[in-house]
Amino acid sequence: MNRIAENFFDLEVMAKYLPSILDGVLVTIQLAILIVLSGLALGFVLAVVRAFQIRAVNWLIVLVVDAFRALPPIVIMIVFYFALPFVGISMSGFVVAWLSLTLVLASFAEEIFWTGILSVDRGQWEAARSTGLGFLQTLRDVVLPQAVRLTIPPLTNRTIVITKSTAIASVVAVPEILTQASAAQAFSANTTPLMMAAVAYLVIFLPLVVLSRWVESRFGWKR
Amino acid sequence: MGGVALRLEALSRAREAADVEALIYNFFNLEVLLKVHPLLLKGFWMTIQLCILVVPLGIAGGLVVAVAYSFHVRWLNWLLIAYVDFFRSFPPLVLLILVFYGLPFLGIEVPSLIAVLIAFLLNTASYYGEIFRAGIESIGRGQREAARSTGLNGIQTMVFVVLPQAVRNVLPDLISNTLEVMKFTALASVVALPELLRMGRVAQGLTYNPTPLIAVALIYLALLWPIVRLLSRLERRTMAKR
Repeated sequence: MNRIAENFFDLEVMAKYLPSILDGVLVTIQLAILIVLSGLALGFVLAVVRAFQIRAVNWLIVLVVDAFRALPPIVIMIVFYFALPFVGISMSGFVVAWLSLTLVLASFAEEIFWTGILSVDRGQWEAARSTGLGFLQTLRDVVLPQAVRLTIPPLTNRTIVITKSTAIASVVAVPEILTQASAAQAFSANTTPLMMAAVAYLVIFLPLVVLSRWVESRFGWKR
Repeated sequence: MGGVALRLEALSRAREAADVEALIYNFFNLEVLLKVHPLLLKGFWMTIQLCILVVPLGIAGGLVVAVAYSFHVRWLNWLLIAYVDFFRSFPPLVLLILVFYGLPFLGIEVPSLIAVLIAFLLNTASYYGEIFRAGIESIGRGQREAARSTGLNGIQTMVFVVLPQAVRNVLPDLISNTLEVMKFTALASVVALPELLRMGRVAQGLTYNPTPLIAVALIYLALLWPIVRLLSRLERRTMAKR
């Protein structure tokens, strides 16, 4: 019991490394907010562009979206950070993490929005167009309001999964929670900083997971 | 004037050619690939083995969680939801590092493979559990009562009546989560497990050339893209049915 207390909940170590873990929390939160904003926006734009049904453009969107859904985020970050500089594209770790996860979230979001748009009955499109609404008006005023509602539960879940992946940014030296905790663990030869990191993630994400349960019951499919 | 324009054009063409050459040399270097392909192959098999271990383990764990939930014992359900939500709010990489670096401090030395399996089981069982739970709840109470009234016992009812229908109802979610789990295996590179990504980085270090990393990305694409396609198709079909 003593051993657990010493190695996992050492108060001295906690006090010493609390400030750096908190710095990490700030970086994680910034990164997560940026990713959510840019990822969802890009995904939405891609889905709307896809609704225009221009064949060449749609092929391109599907290709890119598929690739970023298939590749593990850690592989994307490592390629961006360690391979792209060889062809003259150098980005900081923070930019790499932001860009990688934005592309991943945008890809999943595009697919979810697109499935939502498809789920709106063809007759709705035709009825709206026959009343004299243009394509864009139909999309904006008739189709999207119905489509977006259906996409809220899967989007919430996916967003949580991807913002959690900000921990992977530790691999490209972004000073977020896990990086700070690993460094502190190495300095102190003690697992306490990792436990602090674990608690920090719980404090940030547990409310979101609980919220996602509520969202699911509020907006979910009525089976 | 014309001469200058021509020369500029020739220059920019030469630069473009150099760019393409640099791209091929750095990203698609066959010589490098030839040299390191045994490493990548070894990593690939490790990744496949990891998937073969982690996916069934996670599914089994998820089934245990979901079936336990279906008994609707109040304190047990609270416990299960706490377990599921706890691990859903925990990045798998953090869990992996905690298990890998934390267990030795408890005096338990585990090889990195075991650490990976423990961390992934804890994580994936919670996701699979949540999916199976939704599937089981989508099957009406009447089905169970009818099955029981024909003389099937509780376990038989679950195995032969409820689960087959439940799995069908949540098949896209199950496949989607399996894709995520297969992608998670790349995280094992962080604890030095010699899987595909790890071997790619080792190969890059040996050759000072990022071609192995590009090769690794392409191998992951070849492995996982079919699943992504299948998923898009399934999701669309499910959507159309509603």
